[in-house]
Amino acid sequence: MAANILDFEKPIVELENKIAEMKKGVYNHDISKELAQFEEKVTQIKKNIYSNLTRWQKVQLARHPERPYTLDYIYTLTKDFVELHGDRHYRDDKAIIGGFAKIDEYKVMIIGTQKGRDTKSNLYRNFGMANPEGYRKALRLMKLAEKFNKPVVTLIDTPGAYPGIEAEQNGQAEAIARNIFEMSRLRVPIIVVIIGEGASGGALGIGVGDRILMLENTWYSVISPESCSSILWRSWEYKEQAAEALKLTAPDLLEFGIIDKIIPEPFGGAHKDHNAMAEILKGQLKIELADLIKVKPDKLVQSRLEKFDKMGIFEE
Amino acid sequence: MGWFKRSKENISPDSIKRDIPDGQWVKCTKCDEIIHIKQLEMNRWVCYKCNFHFRIGSKEYFSFLFDEGTFKETNRKMRSVDMLKFVDTKKYIDRINSTIKQTNLYDAIRTGAGKIGGIKVSIACMDFKFIGGSMGSVVGEKIARAAKVSLDEKIPFIIISQSGGARMMEAAFSLMQLAKTSAYLARLAEAKIPYISILTDPTTGGTTASYAMLGDVIMAEPDALIGFAGPRVIRETIGKDLPAGFQRSEFQQEHGFVDFVVNRKELREKLILVLEYLS
Ligand SMILES: [Zn+2]
Repeated sequence: MAANILDFEKPIVELENKIAEMKKGVYNHDISKELAQFEEKVTQIKKNIYSNLTRWQKVQLARHPERPYTLDYIYTLTKDFVELHGDRHYRDDKAIIGGFAKIDEYKVMIIGTQKGRDTKSNLYRNFGMANPEGYRKALRLMKLAEKFNKPVVTLIDTPGAYPGIEAEQNGQAEAIARNIFEMSRLRVPIIVVIIGEGASGGALGIGVGDRILMLENTWYSVISPESCSSILWRSWEYKEQAAEALKLTAPDLLEFGIIDKIIPEPFGGAHKDHNAMAEILKGQLKIELADLIKVKPDKLVQSRLEKFDKMGIFEE
Repeated sequence: MGWFKRSKENISPDSIKRDIPDGQWVKCTKCDEIIHIKQLEMNRWVCYKCNFHFRIGSKEYFSFLFDEGTFKETNRKMRSVDMLKFVDTKKYIDRINSTIKQTNLYDAIRTGAGKIGGIKVSIACMDFKFIGGSMGSVVGEKIARAAKVSLDEKIPFIIISQSGGARMMEAAFSLMQLAKTSAYLARLAEAKIPYISILTDPTTGGTTASYAMLGDVIMAEPDALIGFAGPRVIRETIGKDLPAGFQRSEFQQEHGFVDFVVNRKELREKLILVLEYLS
């Protein structure tokens, strides 16, 4: 567990450990007053730290290895999940999963990138980096949803599309382009949620929709801070500055009009309480679903085009 | 993002300098032949000896693609705004201003309309020399407007791509241009208006993962680098050297992602033929 404590969480953990030790000890005087003081101090420190996170610290939270992943959300906030495998051309990509699911009364097609929790499962999931067949599976499921008039929910948590020889050979760029193109005219509602990392075309490949939501401690941009640092500063050392420059947090993107809403996380981050996080997300999804299923397909597609048409700043 | 990487150890086949140097005589990068600039121009900037395609920009493409005197540029002065106050080793705003001065271009794309073999078309052509042909808000908006001209006038749309990918200094805004441009192309598709994508060296990253790969017909100049991830990134990820010809036009044709490779000297004629079939 100790390995999963982020640098900026250390003062909190140290104090919490101290309190736990105090509670275990045997004393010849009453320590309740002292204890209360320590607990007060912990609350204060937590508040201070979590409300003043830098952009880089949010990137770290977004990558926290104990954060809920797509399958965690599927298992907690939906029921009767029927996973559908494969792109019907080549094979089944384990980095993108999808299938039918019920969110209370709503039957939806849910699709998401999936990371692993340990080395073995990460190798199986390719660290959440999809290949072309993953994007093509996602598109197949979205077209299926369109055919049977089911809304689509996508959950995004990826460090990017996989940059490999086979991926290029099989048309990584074409697969992503095709998805973006088809999602822009899909005639059912699409709700997109960034649940962790939203890196570049690999994220956008399942990221075009009517509502774009971001969990509080996630990031979404055209490149990761590390890669940005290596290209623009020619060194991996400037990731903090790159994160600041990219303005990649949920509040940044809300301000730019690129996302529609920020979904709050439990205090300290989604990893602190998976169930509470899933409940919050479920509530938000139901609000958006209720809204979007009332919109006629023509209007839906037209508004989607207008939504993305507005994104961009220039002068003439 | 090949444009940023100019460290000395990086002179490899994927960073061959294709730009035409100043002066009257030019040495071919590939075969060392000394060629007079006029002769090169007459041969559409292709080495007459070894067929090497020098990298050219929108000015040159427009000069030989259109029927004489028919091309009219649109939105020429649209330019980037430093919305994010982006600073790396240099302020983005300074980078824009100095690039405009240096290149005489306002951004990495020029658009307009004109006639090719008597067929009126709307066109967008990228320029690699403007910040690596990177796609930001201006590229997205100009493509959107040029596509709209096609929609309104029911004329074919052509994009000539030449780009290292999305423009990092516009962060999420640049990423959203993939969605914006693709959404317009979806509209063209619904209206059954032809869209032809022409790929030149290099076409990578977000540009490839959007409009470049969405043509009804996709043609590529010989030996152009075309891919999603850049060769350096792939090499670093897999820890192995890449096979010869990897991600080149001929490789993309072989793997089914490019309809055909076309020599620049035949580009106009081939384009006219395809336009005739699609109209
Ligand atoms: Zn030559």
